[in-house]
Amino acid sequence: MNEKPTKEQILGIIAKYGKAKEQLLAILLDIQEVSGSNCVTEEWAQLVAKELDLPLSKVFDVLTFYAMFSIKPRGKYVIEICNSAPCYVSKSEEVAKIFQDILGIKMGETTPDGLFTLLYTSCIGACDQGPVAKIGDKVYGFLNKEKITGIINEYREVVSCQK
Amino acid sequence: MSKIVKLISANCGKIRPDSVEDYLNFGGYAALKKAFNMEPMQIIEEVKKAKLLGRGGAAYPAGSKWEQLYEIEESPKYIVCNADEGEPGTFKDKLLMEQDPLRVIEGMTIAGYVFNSHDGYIYIRGEYRDLQKVFQAAIDNAKKEGFLGENILNTGFSYNIHIMTGAGAYVCGENSALLNSIEGKAGRPRIKPPHLAEVGLFLKPTLVNNVESFANIPTIVTEGGEKYLSYGTADSGGTKLICLSGHIKNRGVFEVPFGVTLRDIIYDPELGGGMAEGKKLKFFHLGGQSGPCSSPEQLDTVYCCRAMRNAGLSVGSGAVVVLDESVCIIDYLKKVTEFFIHESCGKCVPCREGNKQLYLILDKLSKGEATENDLALMKRLSRVMAKSSFCGLGQAASTALDSCLKHFSSEFEAHLNKQCPAGVCFTKKESGE
Repeated sequence: MNEKPTKEQILGIIAKYGKAKEQLLAILLDIQEVSGSNCVTEEWAQLVAKELDLPLSKVFDVLTFYAMFSIKPRGKYVIEICNSAPCYVSKSEEVAKIFQDILGIKMGETTPDGLFTLLYTSCIGACDQGPVAKIGDKVYGFLNKEKITGIINEYREVVSCQK
Repeated sequence: MSKIVKLISANCGKIRPDSVEDYLNFGGYAALKKAFNMEPMQIIEEVKKAKLLGRGGAAYPAGSKWEQLYEIEESPKYIVCNADEGEPGTFKDKLLMEQDPLRVIEGMTIAGYVFNSHDGYIYIRGEYRDLQKVFQAAIDNAKKEGFLGENILNTGFSYNIHIMTGAGAYVCGENSALLNSIEGKAGRPRIKPPHLAEVGLFLKPTLVNNVESFANIPTIVTEGGEKYLSYGTADSGGTKLICLSGHIKNRGVFEVPFGVTLRDIIYDPELGGGMAEGKKLKFFHLGGQSGPCSSPEQLDTVYCCRAMRNAGLSVGSGAVVVLDESVCIIDYLKKVTEFFIHESCGKCVPCREGNKQLYLILDKLSKGEATENDLALMKRLSRVMAKSSFCGLGQAASTALDSCLKHFSSEFEAHLNKQCPAGVCFTKKESGE
């Protein structure tokens, strides 16, 4: 399915940030990005703890405190639909329904092919384009059924080209 | 006459964001050059005269904050820019960082010079990772051109700016939580005192200001504090970036001088332009989720920190979420409370448990199961949270609720009688979240 990074890759990320303790968040975000499963596994958390000379509990404190991290595997693409008030009143729940219908999963679930996970997120600062969703670092605004279908197809195509 | 005055957003969309050359062509770095010929205390005096009130939400006088830090003799001192823009309905710092990052960098550099600090940190929320790249490019280019790094403009002053990333936590917008997060820890708030000016980042004296506050510094230095003040009102100097969203025609960021009215903001054709779908304005939510909701009767309130406070409102982050008559107050407040349940760091009981209990009562209201007792309990709970929560998040979490109880008490009463004036509750199927 999705490719796992090598230990060297992870060590490379840690080295890029000079093994600095205060760079823990940046290191973990980068690891999550290359993880292939949008999460930081215990294996990698242990490696980070060892390299930064931190107790494993500190690394998990951070991993479980911040909303962008996951310690459980997620889809290759995590679709985060904003449901803070400005998007909510711009019908974000309808957007969520469209995503759920197209992907055949409920909020919080991952598609069986491991491609997509559907989540809600707090405000991502694009309220002038609501309702919005974020996939990775990319923000999609003014969402409607047509746009959502296009976005999903786009990501599916990218994946089929990579195969 | 146009209600828009562009002091700090003038370059947005006109220059290449990471180009020092473009920035210089538009008057950039004139302030830093001028600052190098001023005494640090003179600069602080100008910031005080300008009556620049913190733009992150608390509206604390920036000049006083700077003076307090200046009087502390310990070194090193750190400059921190709070770019954890997580207040729902707020996206103005994004505009500055995305389209004119060098202005923010110049403001932070002037602060560095004032406090003889050699390291500035900008903490940018994880949701803006794309933008961190733009900002880094601007830092790198400023360094290349001699405006950052060693011996800036041959003055002997050296200063670097480091980008630190968040990873999704609203509470990190609280300054002490933000410093913990920069140190690579979970972003839970610290107890105060000691204040951050004394014991801040890495336990050293620290200045924390918002992106927009820093962006104002070059203008204040170039034009002088008095001139800057004159753009606004007697107590709130200059301009404010406001963020319009919700059921308004023109959504987006606008720069207005303090002194316009809320009516101007919502109805002026160059600003909000009125309601989006021709429905009636029901209320608007100001300053973010932690701010109060306002009724249309308050439309003639002057938009400045004092007048707003006197009216029980607040400027806050500059967010203005406009809601039409299709929105149910109870349903809306449920969404607001849901947000705070999600974002509470869990450190203190009033916030962690209080928000959950508020939600349960609101939920009962929306199902027509609430009683007078529930309403009284809700009011009491809100008071307890405001008075005994550990940090600003919990203290302000029920601000919207309180303001709605004041302006829309009849809607609460109606729900006690199983009636929803907006027709949202009792008909709506639960989404099964």
